Amino acid sequence: MPPQRKGAAARVSEDTEDLTRHPLQAILLADSFATKFRPITLERPKVLLPLVNVPMIDYTLAWLESAGVEEVFVFCCAHSKQVIEYLEKSEWFSQPNFSVVTIESHNSVSAGDALRLIYERNVINGDFVLISGDTVSNMSLTQVIQEHKERRKKDSNAVMTMVIKQSKPSPITHQSRLGTDELFLAIDPQTKQLLFYEEKTDSYRGIIPLDNALLGDNPSICLHNDKQDCYIDICSQEVLSLFTDNFDYQHLRRHFVKGLLVDDIMGYKIFTHEIHSSYAARIDNYRSYDTISKDIIQRWTYPFVPDVMFSGNSATHLEREGMYRASEIEQSRSAHIGPFTVIGKGTKIGNNSNISNSVIGKGCSIGSNVSITGSYIWDSVTIEDGCDIRHAIICDGVVIKSGAALEPGVVLSFKVVIGQQCIVPSYSKVSLYQQPTVEDSDEELEYADNSSGTVDSSITCTVDTLNREMMSETPASQLGPGGVGHVWSICEGAHEEEWRHSVAPIPADKLAEAIQSLEDDLELLNLDGNALSVSGELKSGCNGTDSEDDDVEDSRDDSIIYEKEVEATFLRAVNENIKVPDVILEMNSLRLSYNMTSADCAGAIFYAMMKQALEIPHATAGELRKSAASIIDAWNKLLKFYSKEIDDQIEVIMKFEEMCLESVKEFSPHFSQILHLLYDKDILEEDAILRWADEKKDAEESDKVFVKQSEKLIQWLREASEEED
Amino acid sequence: MDFQVVVLAGGTSKNLLPLVSKEVPKALLPVANRPVLSYVLEQLELSNLKDLIVVVEGEDAAINVGGWISNAYVDRLHVEVATVHEEVGTAGALRAIAHHLTANDILVVSGDLVFDVPPGALAAAHRKHNAVVTTMLCPAPVSGPTESGSSGGKDKIKKPRRYNIIGLDPSKQFLLHIATGAEVEKDIRIQKSILRAVGQMEIRADLMDAHMYAFKRSVLQEVLDEKDEFQSLKDDVLPYLVRSQLKSEVLFNGVPQTEENGNEKVSSQNNQAVVSRIMANASTPSFHELSSGYNGSTHVRRIHKCCAYIASESRYCQRLNSIQAFSDINRDVIGDASHLSGYSFSAHNNIIHPSAQLGTRTTVGPHCMLWEGSQMGDKCSVKRSVIGRHCRIGSNVKVVNSVVMNHVTIGDGCSIHGSVICSNAQLQERAVLKDCQVGAGFVVTAGSEHKGESLARK
Repeated sequence: MPPQRKGAAARVSEDTEDLTRHPLQAILLADSFATKFRPITLERPKVLLPLVNVPMIDYTLAWLESAGVEEVFVFCCAHSKQVIEYLEKSEWFSQPNFSVVTIESHNSVSAGDALRLIYERNVINGDFVLISGDTVSNMSLTQVIQEHKERRKKDSNAVMTMVIKQSKPSPITHQSRLGTDELFLAIDPQTKQLLFYEEKTDSYRGIIPLDNALLGDNPSICLHNDKQDCYIDICSQEVLSLFTDNFDYQHLRRHFVKGLLVDDIMGYKIFTHEIHSSYAARIDNYRSYDTISKDIIQRWTYPFVPDVMFSGNSATHLEREGMYRASEIEQSRSAHIGPFTVIGKGTKIGNNSNISNSVIGKGCSIGSNVSITGSYIWDSVTIEDGCDIRHAIICDGVVIKSGAALEPGVVLSFKVVIGQQCIVPSYSKVSLYQQPTVEDSDEELEYADNSSGTVDSSITCTVDTLNREMMSETPASQLGPGGVGHVWSICEGAHEEEWRHSVAPIPADKLAEAIQSLEDDLELLNLDGNALSVSGELKSGCNGTDSEDDDVEDSRDDSIIYEKEVEATFLRAVNENIKVPDVILEMNSLRLSYNMTSADCAGAIFYAMMKQALEIPHATAGELRKSAASIIDAWNKLLKFYSKEIDDQIEVIMKFEEMCLESVKEFSPHFSQILHLLYDKDILEEDAILRWADEKKDAEESDKVFVKQSEKLIQWLREASEEED
Repeated sequence: MDFQVVVLAGGTSKNLLPLVSKEVPKALLPVANRPVLSYVLEQLELSNLKDLIVVVEGEDAAINVGGWISNAYVDRLHVEVATVHEEVGTAGALRAIAHHLTANDILVVSGDLVFDVPPGALAAAHRKHNAVVTTMLCPAPVSGPTESGSSGGKDKIKKPRRYNIIGLDPSKQFLLHIATGAEVEKDIRIQKSILRAVGQMEIRADLMDAHMYAFKRSVLQEVLDEKDEFQSLKDDVLPYLVRSQLKSEVLFNGVPQTEENGNEKVSSQNNQAVVSRIMANASTPSFHELSSGYNGSTHVRRIHKCCAYIASESRYCQRLNSIQAFSDINRDVIGDASHLSGYSFSAHNNIIHPSAQLGTRTTVGPHCMLWEGSQMGDKCSVKRSVIGRHCRIGSNVKVVNSVVMNHVTIGDGCSIHGSVICSNAQLQERAVLKDCQVGAGFVVTAGSEHKGESLARK
């Protein structure tokens, strides 16, 4: 009887599944493959940074153990030696029913590389938990794993379950309280399948584009902006092989999740599991470091709180107002310690010092009249009398001499010395190491800002040796007399964002700015929307494809790229001595691929030519003019080819004018001469020049500079044409 | 003042040719032998909304509609009939009659709606939130009426037709996003700002805008004045209001509800906020208030609320805007949604007027209606069809899934399937019609066969 046998077979297979039950495994990435914690992470891996006086990895491991994970593979990359050393010393290797295995790599630059390596090792043989070593959580894994397994039975394509949590980002700053960027999710309300995942907004547009097909399969979709990704994933084995198959997957979210959601060719699905009462968060940046520290102190992460967990060697006691004190603290009677503060073992605090909302590590010595608020001070830090420290992170061995002040958001890496009376400005980062120069920026560019995990380690070596010599001659001026360390300059773009990720609270002016931009955003959106609604139907009718309201923006981008391309092509033509017809051929293909008019083309080529002229070394203005003339002479044919029509020629003049006004001001004194030259060479017809002058008649005074400059020429042209008449 | 109701009765819609004519505009098309407009008027009357303006496109149509209303509702409703030009669109129609609008809130109903959702519920939802616009959403029909009856076969294989894409807040009271018209088939574009304010939005494709709206009059008039390019309520005005709800551009004419009772203003507004919050039975203020709360004293962002009233699944709600819909609605009203017709059905689930005469061995099946003075010959069979007044039907005639209006003559041996026969048409012997529409007064010659055709006098 076939049906019965079938049933029996199924039962047997189920049984065997049960019998060969794999121990629950976890992959812990002890490298965040990011550079957000620099400069600290140049010297110590992120997972070993103390979070309320306990290294982050301990929180993660303790949680995994309590959640029933039996085997953890710790993937170490940056500073792998330090991580392994730490784990060897710790008690984690000697736990019953909990095995910790380290996997070391030196050349992984991303989570993708790490998972590919683990796949090669062939150690994972079932569903596993994928987390990074900076996760703090107390959630129970049983339910989510159960859900995951049940889904898998029904649908073998359900390869991953992502844990999410309620957390509404501020509508003003568009970031969560953890300092991470706002997250937009679309979830099927019935099945909890993840349909859309957009973390930061690569595009700053005010619109979420959802594929129409999504609604075809689901009658309703829930869009969320009030969830936080906990970065705790329950994965099936396929995830590893997926990373191996798609060797370009680097980032777990940006590549892997997006890849699965966008390419439905493979049909793999990701589901979500929302936790409600338990805690889960990942330390991604300084702000989340601050937030999660506070959560720990306020006991949201129970049982992983200072007085319960890790009390092994030094007992910490919880006192009134959320104050935790370890043993052997020497505290002056007049010192005041405020609420929600943790003081480590053997720390000394002098007279009249005031500490609140801060964490202070082991063996620190704090002088008199010191004020510390909202700061994280690690071990063996010396703070002399009269210092004022607000919202700072201070690493091991730092010395702050008397009277110094740290403005909000300062990060002092290991063993930095701040001189007397020195005031360290907001958001400064000070390290004994010099800021890595551009050498690693290439790599960073490649994977945007999520890369270069190993860079930390590799740089450490090179910079290390360099610094041995440099150390003695640090430019102390910035850090006051006797100061030791380099103040890292904040790169141009990053500065704007600094306040977002800092430990310091967001300053009021930034908030006001954010509100303003929010307003503007809405305003813009309304305008956008209007444009859409008025002509929306029409547009969709006539060109069918992508008549989005950002067309204009796109085309502007396009024309900039196009100009660059033209410039590069021209440069190559000059350097390699390519013949004019061939250049025209190339320019034509460029023009077609960017869908430009011949006027655009003429403008761009002229721009490239003038740029080229500028490149030729010149001492005086006269020489510059000469080189311009020679270039125009040499490429006369090319330019002519594209400026046959009057309109094209006008475009050339306009382009030239724009250049003189904006990008290449060097040419502005020669405007009229070059214009004349172009006329002489028959590139510009007199009509073009006259019409240009006419167009400018009603322009503003500032726009007319060049018309005035070439007044003589125009006058002469006019007279000439009248004579002809 | 109470609600003022505007019924947009349309004119002679092109979609419905050849069923409609100047004599029988869309509003007077019979659904189970009653003009479709009567369904709207009756529901309004049930909700005690008796102050109506019926807007009709075109003079002739308006005269006919007006004549019918004054006959049928003279002592029951206060109805004004207004005429507007043809093809002005729904927004244009409202613009044209703007001077008639006086009440604080305006209920706009499409005159071709056959429904049993109480309009009062919509009005109440509107008042409760002090919304600028409240729209009624009803579950989209699964195997919905397709644009044209003939291409129906192909469309049905495709996924169910989509009418609107609608974004709702978790409490399903506020309308956060709406895509209409051609936008529906494009990718969905959700404003991030509104999602940020709400946190969570449910996007539904299985709801349909039912063409019943409650507007705040001041806002409606302002939008109509300012945006003179707006043509349609559904495609222009509603999406505009929904889109700009967090950054309102409507000025509320200074003070909205105080034109009549100026001095009560301050207290009433405060009260209203409190009351609306209580009625929304939420302990936290709605996202509108939350999102504007941050602004502090610098400048208060103007917002307005767009609400949605979702009719429950069990309610009936259909628009008569195509020939397919006309047949479907007729079938529904004498079939599944028979409570709408207002008649009591016999034990056989059909209605045969006492004055109708049936020949021998003629059967009239369930879900049929045979109206006064009609005569049928011998051995006829009628299934799921409506037959109007004073029709003469010969012997051996089969009528299935069809609508036969008044004064139609059908010769012996005709067979009519899925067709609509308008008044005064004549079918000579042995004509066979399948999925056809026969215009008023048209004569179908003897023995002819037609399939999927529209037959009308030129």
